[in-house]
Amino acid sequence: MTGASGVPAEPMRPVLGELPHRPRPAWRRTWAMVPIALFLVALFLYPVAQLLWLSIFDKSGGLTGDHYQRLFLSPVYLQVLRITLEVAGWTTALCILGGYPIAYLLATASRRTRDSLILWVLLPFWTSFLVRTFAWIVLLGRNGALNSALQTIGLTEEPTAFLYNMTGVMVGMVHALMPIAVLTMLSVMENIDRNLVPAAATMGARGGEAFWRIYFPLSLPGVAAAGLLVFITAIGFFITPALLGAPQQTMIAQIIIQQVMEMLNYPFAGAIAMLLLVTAIAVFYLYDRALGMSTLAGEATTGQLGGGTRGLVGRVFAGIGTLLTAALGRVTDGIAILWEALAGGRVDRPPRASGRVPLRVAVVLLLIFLAGPSFIIVPVSFTTEGFIEWPPKGISLKWYWAMINDQQWTKAIFRSLIVGFFTACLAMALGGPAAFFLARRRFAGKTAALAFILSPLILPRIVIAVALFYFYARLGLVDTELGLVLGHTVLALPYVVITVMAVLKNYDQRLDQAAASLGASPPRVLWYITVPVIKSGLIAAFLFAFVTSFDELTIALFMSSGISTTLPKQMWDDAIMKVSPLLAAVSTVLLFFVTLVILTAEYFQRRAGAKR
Amino acid sequence: MTPAAAIRSGRRTSHRKSAPKVAQSKLKIRDLRKTYGPVVALAGAGLDLSEGEFLTLLGPSGSGKTTMLMMIAGLTQPDSGEVWIDGKLATYAPAHRRDIGMVFQNYALFPHLTVFENIAFPLRMRRLPEADIAREVGRVLDVVRLPGVGDRLPRALSGGQQQRIALARCIVYRPSIVLMDEPLGALDKKLRDQMELEIKRLHQELGITVLYVTHDQEEAMIMSDRICLMNDARIEQIGSPADLYFRPLTVFAADFLGESNLFNALVEGETGAEIALRGPAGALIRVARDPERPAARGRPVKVMVRPEMLTLLADGALADNVLDARLTQVILVGGVTKYYARLADGTLVSATALTRGPVAGVTPDSPIRLGWSKASGVILAGAERPR
Repeated sequence: MTGASGVPAEPMRPVLGELPHRPRPAWRRTWAMVPIALFLVALFLYPVAQLLWLSIFDKSGGLTGDHYQRLFLSPVYLQVLRITLEVAGWTTALCILGGYPIAYLLATASRRTRDSLILWVLLPFWTSFLVRTFAWIVLLGRNGALNSALQTIGLTEEPTAFLYNMTGVMVGMVHALMPIAVLTMLSVMENIDRNLVPAAATMGARGGEAFWRIYFPLSLPGVAAAGLLVFITAIGFFITPALLGAPQQTMIAQIIIQQVMEMLNYPFAGAIAMLLLVTAIAVFYLYDRALGMSTLAGEATTGQLGGGTRGLVGRVFAGIGTLLTAALGRVTDGIAILWEALAGGRVDRPPRASGRVPLRVAVVLLLIFLAGPSFIIVPVSFTTEGFIEWPPKGISLKWYWAMINDQQWTKAIFRSLIVGFFTACLAMALGGPAAFFLARRRFAGKTAALAFILSPLILPRIVIAVALFYFYARLGLVDTELGLVLGHTVLALPYVVITVMAVLKNYDQRLDQAAASLGASPPRVLWYITVPVIKSGLIAAFLFAFVTSFDELTIALFMSSGISTTLPKQMWDDAIMKVSPLLAAVSTVLLFFVTLVILTAEYFQRRAGAKR
Repeated sequence: MTPAAAIRSGRRTSHRKSAPKVAQSKLKIRDLRKTYGPVVALAGAGLDLSEGEFLTLLGPSGSGKTTMLMMIAGLTQPDSGEVWIDGKLATYAPAHRRDIGMVFQNYALFPHLTVFENIAFPLRMRRLPEADIAREVGRVLDVVRLPGVGDRLPRALSGGQQQRIALARCIVYRPSIVLMDEPLGALDKKLRDQMELEIKRLHQELGITVLYVTHDQEEAMIMSDRICLMNDARIEQIGSPADLYFRPLTVFAADFLGESNLFNALVEGETGAEIALRGPAGALIRVARDPERPAARGRPVKVMVRPEMLTLLADGALADNVLDARLTQVILVGGVTKYYARLADGTLVSATALTRGPVAGVTPDSPIRLGWSKASGVILAGAERPR
């Protein structure tokens, strides 16, 4: 229009030459999902299917029930099955009981409180199961911290046996899996409208009634999802029962490992793994029928257990549920009224103490239980003695020197770093584009696609490990770094996809559209606009993938041996021989390294969130 | 009588707006104060609400209106000050014992309960017999004109219907005050207009006392008996919609409600019933004297004139005040036509007139004369707040 304003009168040269006049071909719109799909089919779906095949067909290709017959007819294995279900059941119950108050406090606290408290859940979540199990050995052992404390104050004369029995296994399992329960319940509770409880209060509901009649029913899908994830993880667990339990607490995953490592009876191990898989799928199926899978992803809930259409049984249960929550509400409020009468509620001055004090105390104790024990290994690692005892004697760095001077350890650390780095790279390359696609496109079967990508996270890890082991054996990938990277990538992909999707959910896509309208081609939009804006989230995803691999034991257990072990595998090999101060030194290094990585990842993820 | 007993006996709260003389104070607020760290959310506010009144807290976001509402509801605790509800001190009483009703911005309907159970909730909290609950819920569903949706879940209803259910849930137990926190914010324009009238109807028919919060001045003007205009954590002005519109006390009040022309002026003197001022471009401005607005000689003030009070004078026509200007733009809005003009010193002026056919004879940059009566000018205290 006018030259004075600096805008040239002539239109600028268009960025593109010829304009296409055909819609883009299908492959150009769906390419993002192709690599991850191929990868998961080849390294997850096919191996697991093969495992199933192996367990029901004999060498000549005929159908056989031998392995299953052996499994179900032997009292030894039935006993193991019973123990496994028992341990998993109790673990689930206790994790939910302990996890609920934490999740509730986090979901209802101010954003700042939540952000600082959630670290104490995230740290144990990411800390290696091995390190946390060692910590319990130091704490609960015959000469451990707890026994020495009890004897010092004179409560007991003799050391109490906390370890190598059911108590030890339960403590270790609950400690190991409670973070999963908390995070799962939290994702549902965060979607409960924060105005509902205040609304109930304005209508005359006391705290107890508002909680039991409104909040609790709405949080139930979270409880169910947490129960599902904890139970399925628990039935495939082996670290805790192996290190903290006695032979009487042998769980099913230990039998699998024994069959593969010692008996070399692969088909039988396959059959047991299949049994685990079938159990997991059955539990999932029941869950889906009862609640629908969408609650797993933390979507908004209606608290309608059983969905909209309910049969007679459903209605009876719903009726019982209503009566129960109403009764619980009155009981809670009875206590509250009593408390108020004692404390003396006044309307002319602020109440002295908030009603949340007991909750806060409980949560602080639970968080200490979750995050505290790991740090017990730190003082132990500085001992001058050659064995673990409490309190540790002297201060020296000799075990750290021993670690550095032992090639076995340095090589293992180096290998874990390398494998972790390449796993993170591969997981980002495969998962990143898929996350973009899943976050931005609508297509039929999206939920199914997401469920497929997330399934390695939910299925018992030992099943994937055994399946990969067979698959690799034929390809010659066992004991290779490549094999480890590929296997770990299967496990890291869910974390990458979830993290990147979460970041993209908050990304204003109009930025991309604006850039495109200004003449940027899709790759340039990605490079100049999208990636810089979500950079923090991508770094976080990379670090999560790295830690997943760096800490991984199950796959490494089968895939790396002798001279080519990873750090967790080396620790495991040492631990089943003897828990030494050297192990404490290694654990301390691992603990602080992983803590550092996770804090960094959290920092970047929050920065990504803050840009909203 | 307890609230529950009141509901049980079916007592009708029969105080209509027709008897404001005996109206008792339903809500009394004194020096209410709240700070969040260094941020002052409410800096000592006082307010009285009489029975059957509809009072709106109006103001931009961050002006303290929601903070005040939350403290009245008992969902936020004040730092100091007093809240009296129905003659009883309730400053720090828990929300569930205040007997107030609240409609939330996003309705806060319980998603796992049916419409019936949502509305029954406050009655269950008051331990009403089942038969009474069924009767009361049915009655109130009729009142909001949604009979027969009791079995549905809230999410099966449209936004407007959810809004009505939230209202029903709030009035079913006849609380002493109904608080509403931007209840129409989530609705589209047409539905909002409809619901404004609906809420006004409920207020009149049931004689309920309402404290309403909004940032929409039009909404406030349509529904309120009185408006409490808030700005920067303080109460700027309280008065009827007409008061606030025609007699704003401050520049902020004049600006927030409706459009306004604000002229810088110096007080020259008083002559009987009028005040003479020296306005922009040396023009003489005459304003009717108002005992509430003392104007000391030589003091700089602002004179506000609503655009619809300005008329385009025909040649030779006279008015109390006349400004010479040059037209810059004429915009046909629909029912009204807006004229924008510039005074000799560059001051912009806008005038609004009802549209009477296509505008003819005025072209941009042509000289015009704008006139207004001295009664329609208002002297404002400038930017500072009257103390």
